[in-house]
Amino acid sequence: MKIALGPLLYYWPRQSTLAFYADMADAPVDVVYLGETVCSRRHELRLSDWLEVAEILTAAGKEVVLSSQVLVESESDLKSLRRIVANGHFRVEANDMGAVHLLSSGDTPVRDWIAGPTLNIFNPTTLDLFAGLGATRWVAPPEMSREQIRALRDGLGHHMEVEIFAHGRLPLAYSARCFTARHYNLQKDTCEFRCLEFADGIPLKTREGAPFLTLNGIQTQSARVHTLLGDLPAVCAEGVDILRISPQGAHTPEILQLFRQALDGLIPPADALHEALPLLPAEPCNGFWHGRPGVELRLPN
Amino acid sequence: MTSSRPIELVCPAGSLPALKSAIDHGADCVYLGFKDATNARNFSGLNFDDKGMAEGIRYAHDRGRKVLLALNTYPQADNWQRWTGAVDRAAAFGIDAVILADPGLMAYARKTHPDLRLHLSVQGSATSYDAINFYHEHFGISRAVLPRVLSLAQVEQVIASTPVEIEVFGFGGLCVMVEGRCALSAYATGESPNCDGACSPGKHVRWEQTPKGMETRLNGILIDRFADGERAGYPTLCKGRFEVNDETYYAIEEPTSLNTLELLPELARIGVRAIKIEGRQRSPAYVAQVTKVWRAAIDRVLAGGQPFRVEAAWMAELNKVSEGQSHTLGAYYRPWK
Repeated sequence: MKIALGPLLYYWPRQSTLAFYADMADAPVDVVYLGETVCSRRHELRLSDWLEVAEILTAAGKEVVLSSQVLVESESDLKSLRRIVANGHFRVEANDMGAVHLLSSGDTPVRDWIAGPTLNIFNPTTLDLFAGLGATRWVAPPEMSREQIRALRDGLGHHMEVEIFAHGRLPLAYSARCFTARHYNLQKDTCEFRCLEFADGIPLKTREGAPFLTLNGIQTQSARVHTLLGDLPAVCAEGVDILRISPQGAHTPEILQLFRQALDGLIPPADALHEALPLLPAEPCNGFWHGRPGVELRLPN
Repeated sequence: MTSSRPIELVCPAGSLPALKSAIDHGADCVYLGFKDATNARNFSGLNFDDKGMAEGIRYAHDRGRKVLLALNTYPQADNWQRWTGAVDRAAAFGIDAVILADPGLMAYARKTHPDLRLHLSVQGSATSYDAINFYHEHFGISRAVLPRVLSLAQVEQVIASTPVEIEVFGFGGLCVMVEGRCALSAYATGESPNCDGACSPGKHVRWEQTPKGMETRLNGILIDRFADGERAGYPTLCKGRFEVNDETYYAIEEPTSLNTLELLPELARIGVRAIKIEGRQRSPAYVAQVTKVWRAAIDRVLAGGQPFRVEAAWMAELNKVSEGQSHTLGAYYRPWK
C-alpha cells in the first residue's frame, strides 16, 4: 500500500510551502501531488516553482504528479491547464473534463494520467471509458463508500490503480464565489489574498457554536477531519492501492508516519488513531467510508 | 431534431399539471424526470410515471413543443441498469432529448440509441469549451447546460469555441456551488445531489419552535434560527446563517433567486440557444407565472425594433415567486463572486 500526499488545498506563504515540501523529501510518502487546484488567484508558487519542487522530490525518490485546477473559468485558466498538460515530464491528475480532453486528444495523446476525485466517476463503465483514454489511476470521489468502491472495482474491465481520500478535511464543494473574500466584504478580484492568513482555512460554526464547515476561498470543506486511520484493516482488505493524505496546517509529517507505521504493522490502527487525535485541527469523522453521512464517526470494533 | 427557435425557453415540469401549465404559457420545451434517483430533483410527490410521461409527451407534441428528460445523476455499479433502463424508456417514449451527466451513460445512449439527442446536464460541471468539446467529440452531444459560475464574457468565449449549443439558467433557485461539485448534503445527511438526486432532503428536516426562535435543522445540524416575524425559509444547507469569526450571517449565500431577465438581449447577442428556468419542485402556478414573463420578454427581444426594456411588472411578477423575494445576477455579475 502506497501513501500519497494530496495537493495542498490551502494557500500558504511561499517560504512555508517550500519548507513543507522540503520536509516531504524525507517523509514516509510515496507519491506527491503538486500544484494549485483551488484558486487561480493564488500565486505564491508559479508553475515553474512547482516544477522545481517536483524535481527535488523526484530526486528524493518520490513519484510526483501535477494536479490540475478543479474549476476552470477563464481563458487564462485554460492556458495554465495547457502548460500543465504539456509539461512533458510529470504525470498529470485531471480534475475537470477540460483536462481530460487536453490529455486524451490531439496528435500525441498522453497515455498515462490520473483521473482525479472531482471527475465524478462513480461506475465501472465510466471508469473503463477513461481507462481507454489513458487513465491508469482513479482517485475515488470522497463521498463514495467502501461498498461502492468495491462494486466499482469488481466491475472493471481494465487494470486500474485505486486511490482513496484517507485523511484530511473533506473537500466538499467548489463555487465561483470566494467565501473567504465574502467574509471580509471583499470581492474575489480584489481579495487581498486573505487565505494566506489561515493555514487550515476559516472555521464555520452553526448558531449554537458547533463546528460544521471550513471556508477555504472558493472551496468549502468539512470542519471535521475525515480519517481512515482506524479503518486500515478494512481499507487494506478492499485492495485499495494508494491512500491520499491531505496536507494540514501542522503535523502532516507525523500523520504520514502514523499511517506508515500502522500499514507496516508496527502499531495497531486503533492506537494510531488515538495518537493522531491531538494532531488534528478538529474532531475526526469517517462516515463516507461506512456509507453514512460524512460527518459521522464510526469507531473501529 | 434541430432547435427550431433562435432562443428556446426551457421550463420545469415536476408534474403533469406543471407541464401543461408551462406549455399553455409559452414554453418551447419542458424538462422532467422519472420518479426515482435518476434525476436531480428526486423529491417525493414529484416527477413522472410511465402513464404521466406518455400523456405529457402527447400534450407537448400535439402543440409542437419538445420534452427533455433529465437523467442527470451518476449511476453506480449496483444500480447501473436503472439508469440504462431509463434511457431505453426515454427513447421508446419518443423523448426529444435526454439530459445526461455521466460519460458512461452517454456512451451507452449513443451506442444503443444512435438517433437520440443528447444534452450535457449542468451536473456534468463543464465550465470551459475544452470540457464541452470532450463530450461532443466522444458522445456527439448537441447541447450543454452551463453551470452557474461564468461571467457573460466567459459564456461568450465558450459559445465562440464550440459547435455545441449552449443553454444557460435564466431564473430560479440558485446553487451557489458548482453543480456536480457539491457534496455538502452528502456530508450532512448521506444523500447527495450526485448519486441520490437530492439536496437537503425533506426527511432530514426538522422545524422546531424554541424560546430562541424557530429553528431549522438538517439531520440535527442547526441551519438557521428565525426571530418572531422573520420568514423561516427551508433549510437548504448552503442558505443558512452561520458563525464565522464571531460574526453571524449568510456565510455562503442568502436565500435568493437567480434572475437574468435584464441580460436577455446580451444572451441573445452572444448566441445562447436556450434559457432554462429552474424549479421542478415548484407549483404549476409558479411555472405559469415565470413562463409567461419569460415568454413575453424573449418575444420582445426576438422581435427586435425598439431597445429592450425590462418591464417593471415583469420583475414584480418574478420577485413574487423568488426565494426570499429577492434576486441576483449571480456569477454573471462579477462582484457577486
